Amino acid sequence: MLAVTIPYWGQTLLRVLGGIVAVLLPAGTIVYLFLFKMMSFMQSRLGPMEAGPYGSMQLFAEVGKWLQKEDIVPGRADKYIFRAAPLIVLVSTFLLVVVVPFGPDAYFTNFEIGVFYMLAVSSISTLGILIAGWSSANKYSLLGGLRAAGQLIAYELPMVLAVVGVVIQAGTMNLQDIVLKQNGGEIFGLDWIGNPYILTQFIGFAVFMIAVQAELTQVPFDMPIAESELVSGYMTEYSGFRFLIFFIAEFATAGIFSLIASALFLGGWGVPFAWFGWDNVGDISNWMNIVGPLIMFSKMMLLSFVIMWVRFTYPRFREDQLQRFAWKVLIPVSLVNIMVTAILKVAF
Amino acid sequence: MGLKPKVPGLVKGLGVTFNTMMKTFTEGAATVQYPHEKEAPTLRARGVIALREDNCTACMLCARSCPDWCIYIEGHKELAPPRRAGGAPRKVNKLDRFDIDYALCMYCGICVEVCPFDALFWSPEYEYSEPRIADLLHDKDKLGEWMETVPEAPELEVGADKKGKK
Repeated sequence: MLAVTIPYWGQTLLRVLGGIVAVLLPAGTIVYLFLFKMMSFMQSRLGPMEAGPYGSMQLFAEVGKWLQKEDIVPGRADKYIFRAAPLIVLVSTFLLVVVVPFGPDAYFTNFEIGVFYMLAVSSISTLGILIAGWSSANKYSLLGGLRAAGQLIAYELPMVLAVVGVVIQAGTMNLQDIVLKQNGGEIFGLDWIGNPYILTQFIGFAVFMIAVQAELTQVPFDMPIAESELVSGYMTEYSGFRFLIFFIAEFATAGIFSLIASALFLGGWGVPFAWFGWDNVGDISNWMNIVGPLIMFSKMMLLSFVIMWVRFTYPRFREDQLQRFAWKVLIPVSLVNIMVTAILKVAF
Repeated sequence: MGLKPKVPGLVKGLGVTFNTMMKTFTEGAATVQYPHEKEAPTLRARGVIALREDNCTACMLCARSCPDWCIYIEGHKELAPPRRAGGAPRKVNKLDRFDIDYALCMYCGICVEVCPFDALFWSPEYEYSEPRIADLLHDKDKLGEWMETVPEAPELEVGADKKGKK
């Protein structure tokens, strides 16, 4: 649809650059706006104020600090695996951003089983975290890694099940098609609102967001890095840029899960309350490729605001409460949600 | 195992953090941007201990009651002229050394309480950090300088016993 043809290497370069922007921009924005500023304001303080106006350069100061720190590997650690673990976590983040649709043509890939792929690659980070804990040769790290494995596997299930409702309703696993279905659809005969699946799948949305919170090990679910018990869990032995990579991966994944949630439940890159009567992908105007990413970004900010708001409000779960909540509350609820969705899908 | 009664509390908690955030936006933070704007401690804040050297008799009560043993006192006896003409010369204790090591002090204030001669006072001054830990040992001249920062003693309550400390 673009007028100019870009050679294949150029497209690849553009995709790589776009991927880096799509991973680092949400991470930086979330860390500065929410982790630094919003958390401080919620605790009635101002947060970083020295580096740049209102501390806006604080992030660069932090990155510089981490980069010039020594990269320490414990003597008895499994060196190669220890060094690789943060990269595995980061790779999972980069693999996730690949399926997010930002506009009618603004996407990295667009394939039929996007949802399935998204759920599959998001669990790669579990592996990275588990081997980070295992290879550190530190009992706190090991316990943190095992807790993380138990938690991430437990909360993977409700996340998958919550998405199944959306997939049933949309009838497709392609994220781009899910976005189109939401914007072209109608609910109760109101076509101006489209049909963002949060209206019909609100239980699925709630379960998905709770599961995302747990997948990101954000605070009510941060048993794996519980600093009062496990020092810093699987990150205990990491310093310098390897810790930075863990840190970036954590917040970049928060942003990308928010992007995926907004694509699945909030109508993705479509302009809210307006669809201009486009019937299929070919009809959509080109300017949506510019507006779409902006809309996705603002929806991401909204959802990650909620994630961070919850993070700064609640104390953490105990390990058994955490597991009980996943297996006894979230999974049954999402199973019932799937059942009801399937029945309604067949009925209407 | 009821999830239902927990939900209002969870929502209320979200409200607390959100309202605090909005309050910080509109009314400013509860904290002070310290190096740029000074914090104003209350008059009776325990910042630093000041010494009025003339009142000190080197009785050692403060040094003995100090839990950290951070007060070092040395003194000697001197003959002072008699109060009345023709009287015998008086013996007074003179301070040679009165040091407080603020690297050890835990600001309990027992020395101020225990001093029977009103030689030790609390001052709210707090800006005396040093790059070298040894410089935190304040000698009697330095402790005397802190006297300027000691606030006026508050008025006694009505009906208070005035026979005690003056």
